[in-house]
Amino acid sequence: MNKHDPVDVLIIGAGASGAAVAWSLAETKMHILCLDQGGWMNPAEYPSTGRDWEAKFYGDWSTSPNIRGRPEDYPINDDNSPIKVVNFNGVGGSTVMYTAHWPRLHPSDFKVKTFDGVADDWPIDYDALTPFFEENDRMMGVSGLSGDPLSPLTHPPMPPQPLGLSGPLIGKAMNELGWHWWPSDTTVATMDYEGRARCINLGHCTPACAQGAKASTDITYWPHAIRAGVEIKTHCRVREILTNEQGMASGVVYYDKDGVEQFQPAEVVIIACNGVGTPRLLLNSVSGRFPNGLANSSGLVGKNLMFHPYAQIYGFVKEVTDSNRAPPTCLWSKEFYDTDLSRGFVRGYGIQFGRGAGPVFEAVASEQKGILPWGADHHRVFRRLNGHRIGVSAICEDLPEEHNRVTLDPVLKDSHGIPAPKIDYTISENSRKMMDHGLARGREILEAAGATDICINNPIPWGGWHLLGTARMGTDPARSVVNEWGRSHDVKNLFIVDGSVFVTSGGVNPTSTIQAIALYVADQMKQRLANLFD
Amino acid sequence: MSAAHELTSAHRDDLRAVAAMIIPASDEYKVPGADDPAIQADMLATLGRDTALVTQALDHLAHLAGKPLAELDTAKRDAIATEFRATGGAAAATLVRVVLQCYYRDDRVLRSLGLELRAPFPKGYTLEQGDWSLLDPVKARPVKLRRSP
Repeated sequence: MNKHDPVDVLIIGAGASGAAVAWSLAETKMHILCLDQGGWMNPAEYPSTGRDWEAKFYGDWSTSPNIRGRPEDYPINDDNSPIKVVNFNGVGGSTVMYTAHWPRLHPSDFKVKTFDGVADDWPIDYDALTPFFEENDRMMGVSGLSGDPLSPLTHPPMPPQPLGLSGPLIGKAMNELGWHWWPSDTTVATMDYEGRARCINLGHCTPACAQGAKASTDITYWPHAIRAGVEIKTHCRVREILTNEQGMASGVVYYDKDGVEQFQPAEVVIIACNGVGTPRLLLNSVSGRFPNGLANSSGLVGKNLMFHPYAQIYGFVKEVTDSNRAPPTCLWSKEFYDTDLSRGFVRGYGIQFGRGAGPVFEAVASEQKGILPWGADHHRVFRRLNGHRIGVSAICEDLPEEHNRVTLDPVLKDSHGIPAPKIDYTISENSRKMMDHGLARGREILEAAGATDICINNPIPWGGWHLLGTARMGTDPARSVVNEWGRSHDVKNLFIVDGSVFVTSGGVNPTSTIQAIALYVADQMKQRLANLFD
Repeated sequence: MSAAHELTSAHRDDLRAVAAMIIPASDEYKVPGADDPAIQADMLATLGRDTALVTQALDHLAHLAGKPLAELDTAKRDAIATEFRATGGAAAATLVRVVLQCYYRDDRVLRSLGLELRAPFPKGYTLEQGDWSLLDPVKARPVKLRRSP
């Protein structure tokens, strides 16, 4: 095995959190190296550059690593889960392949036990993250409208996306019902921003933005971090973290782009592989001292997996909607975000609205739902459906349950022979009630908008975008994996900065909060450099 | 080896027949059916990773039909199609998706739908601002955010 010169800080994963922590730590002038199993992306190859842009979503640009199967991907056994894991592997991670919806967790989300008597409070609060939310919004480049009465106050540096054709249809329906709605904060640039061109409505945001208007960390944080001296090595897949006789992390074993085993020593190791990749790595890092996996004295590594079950309902209006000619999401609602026990469940959900879909997606989805017939009537029905869709998705707060977990599959391995993750997950009764409530309210919204041919996905099966809770943060080493500033309780030079440290999930997309936490942990590390391992 | 070479002649005949059943030609909308030679050629040329499932679906279809689909009368074909879609699982869904994704990128079809014959990038689309006054009643709502006690 080749051994390299030691680095001060080794970051595993170049996605949302890895990029943020790398950029923040760069000012220390330490030698920082990031290893990522994927490579740099080439926007010229993104789907929206070709006529077959929609077909690619079902293959090479699927959100599912099991379908996509790029060399950078690792397989995931999610047979025992109604929600399938979706992600992206490469520089930028899943920010390359996300919808850019950009809410923050609410202040109350950090005190769930205090407010509602369920789950646990976080060891930090919203106020501790506020400056890092703001810093992150500037770095990622956020568009939106300040002043939402039901959301934390934000200061987006760019104006919101236009309402387009779909937004007013939804807004009128919500006003008729007297329910809250607001233009979403998004990481879609609505004006030229920090070298990124403004959005030109390619409409196909999720599988990567050819225009570069959607923020992904390969075009936001990484150029700054690299200019500041951070080194990044691509196509390097980490197999395990090694420890020394003092029980400290000594470095990592990885396979380089040629598949050759390498050892990279490091003074500090930071894991940024998110809620499936991080527990997989820790559980694969077994030694005599850590027989149950690294940083796992609590036994909680991999447990408490939270997804955010999505309950989706959509329909078709007479008016023309934005279809594939706009970013897919533009509005949210927090009307049902907070606990109201009269609804029959605790906690709540955010709503994100969909503007529509392209013709292939519409045809495939509608045929599967049985509303687009085979035969002579196909053409008439398709013309009524295509370009007329609006959608409502309830993104439900998933509470932590230890039986929802990531373990190592006894058989399945990746292309380097590293054991693959296995997901065991069930949707709780509380979440089911929340999803049903969301669908019922969604139906009211669609009916107020005049929609017909209403269809549901409950849950969205390939909707496991948000991978949270599998290395939770806390002050009690018996009940958590990392402390209140991201350091492992067991291994004092090992840090985790991704979604796995979430104690609870909130009812919103988590990437903004994940990156704020990464910046917060980096700040804590910088303040404690003299006694980081005490 | 291209997908076209992996499908047998019988497979290709049945693919053409089932495609026509899913989307027949229409004089009213001035569009070809999904059995159009150019659309069929697109399917065969781009099957790629879907080849195995599509082959499996066509084998299932052949098993249900017992003979080439095109040789069945309309009533029998329709019954077979219904059973195929109900029992064909992921393979049938993949076959149908392949037919639809190739059909709805054909120039003649897109033109009939009033859609532009181009990739989204680099031209993009224009998005109108919409009526922002709709937000006024929401702006008038009091700020309500649970804070820590």
